[in-house]
Amino acid sequence: MLSIRDLNVYYGGIHALKGVSIDVEEGQIVSIIGANGAGKSTLLNAISGMVKPKEGRILFKGKELPPAPHKIVELGISQVPEGRLIFANLTVKDNLMMGAYLRKDKIGIEKDLEKVFALFPRMKERIHQMAGTLSGGEQQMLAIGRGLMSNPDLILLDEPSLGLAPLLVKTIFDIIESIQQMRKTILLVEQNAYKALSIADKAYVLEQGKIVKEGSGKELIKDKSIQEAYLGKKQKSEETLA
Amino acid sequence: MDWFYIQGILILAGINLLAVLGLSLLTGFTGLFSFGHAGFMAIGAYTTAIMSVKLHLPFIPSLMIGGLIAALVSLLIGKLTLNLKGDYFCIATLGLGEAIRLILDNVQYLGGARGWPGIPLKTTLLNVVIIDIIGIIILVNLIRSKHGRNMIAIREEEMASQIIGINVFRYKMISLMISAIYAGVAGGMLGHYLGFLQPKMFQIVKSTELTIIVIFGGLGSISGSVLGALVLTSLPEMLRTFAQWRLVVYGIAVIFIMISRPQGLMGGHEFSFHAVKKIISSMFYRKKQRGLGGR
Repeated sequence: MLSIRDLNVYYGGIHALKGVSIDVEEGQIVSIIGANGAGKSTLLNAISGMVKPKEGRILFKGKELPPAPHKIVELGISQVPEGRLIFANLTVKDNLMMGAYLRKDKIGIEKDLEKVFALFPRMKERIHQMAGTLSGGEQQMLAIGRGLMSNPDLILLDEPSLGLAPLLVKTIFDIIESIQQMRKTILLVEQNAYKALSIADKAYVLEQGKIVKEGSGKELIKDKSIQEAYLGKKQKSEETLA
Repeated sequence: MDWFYIQGILILAGINLLAVLGLSLLTGFTGLFSFGHAGFMAIGAYTTAIMSVKLHLPFIPSLMIGGLIAALVSLLIGKLTLNLKGDYFCIATLGLGEAIRLILDNVQYLGGARGWPGIPLKTTLLNVVIIDIIGIIILVNLIRSKHGRNMIAIREEEMASQIIGINVFRYKMISLMISAIYAGVAGGMLGHYLGFLQPKMFQIVKSTELTIIVIFGGLGSISGSVLGALVLTSLPEMLRTFAQWRLVVYGIAVIFIMISRPQGLMGGHEFSFHAVKKIISSMFYRKKQRGLGGR
């Protein structure tokens, strides 16, 4: 569905992505893990058109993506940005409706609104509350809901578990799996490597702008070097964990 | 204080108001700060004067052409600078405003730095008020439209607006162009009120004055801009008794008002009779309660 070939992104003199190639198949959850500054968010921003790549191709459904972000949304790619970026001075419902900004089909919008409320009952309870007064976890849910309202085929999730309590992290990951069941494709960028790998059909490890490993989520969880670098497990205790 | 004097202040306030309305759209509703709007005023002022003095066009068409040329220049500048983020755009407009002034300083055909006297006096209180009212009506309708809401969305969360599919660049551009039209027309009226134009009148001080009025009135409030323009244009006149300390007192007054109301006079709200009624009735209610408590 999405294939990226030899993507190079620069921030001035800094080479942020160095020839990254990834493939996302329809209906999959694909996770990208990596440390701070590895280029994870840059990769998502390059797909959504926020950052202009210097070289490389991004193909979505076999076609090259247009450069303008609003055109990319139209094609069915929706980003849930890092740090949520909801409209604090609008109500929960208005925020969700903003997500359907480019859509004209009123019936479809109503249906998707119901779907979002089914996914996040908390949002329905707070439908008329100002989004800025929601808790961090609720704001994240709202941001994901807004991302779904454009009825995308591919959702880009940027650090959805950032700054959330462990219990909420679990909820968010459960929700990501139910979004997959809604026949959406998900590209997930996460620092919480264990969670991200355990729900992933396929995963990539990004280090200093390069893909250093790829494989299925289960394979990578068992990989020794990943366990050491991202899952905080020491080689010696490996047997007890297995 | 005779009527002629008061009328003069009102006309100047009305001219300032028009430029402020435009800047209010750009700064208050789209979230872009500009320190170069005096430049657009200068372009409008000189274009309007050329049209009416050199080409003998009537006043209103000259004003329209003045606004249009200002918009054209803003289009060029916008194409180059609107991709810059936040403060960088602000600096770019600052450079633009000064560049326009310096160019005009050196165009001898238009009087250069010495100025250009003999512009017909065609601005009256009546046409200023009419143009202001038209300007307010257009702006209110624009802000309530889908386009206006897109601009507010950009002010609130630029990246989120982009993500949901708003063409951010386009709406910033529209906002900048409309604000340039307002500034251009205001400049045109200023020239035809004073009968004299000099590039010095459009220095950065003028740009900052406009921005101060917008912030003073309250970002994101049209009625705040109206109130701000009236108060801040007449304030230096009311302070005439302070003689050479006048502008110092003006500065201090602005500082104190901003400390007591950092959100600006109107603080993002609009004037409405309903709200006034509410405030008055709550005041009466409080008084009544106090009275009862006294007994």
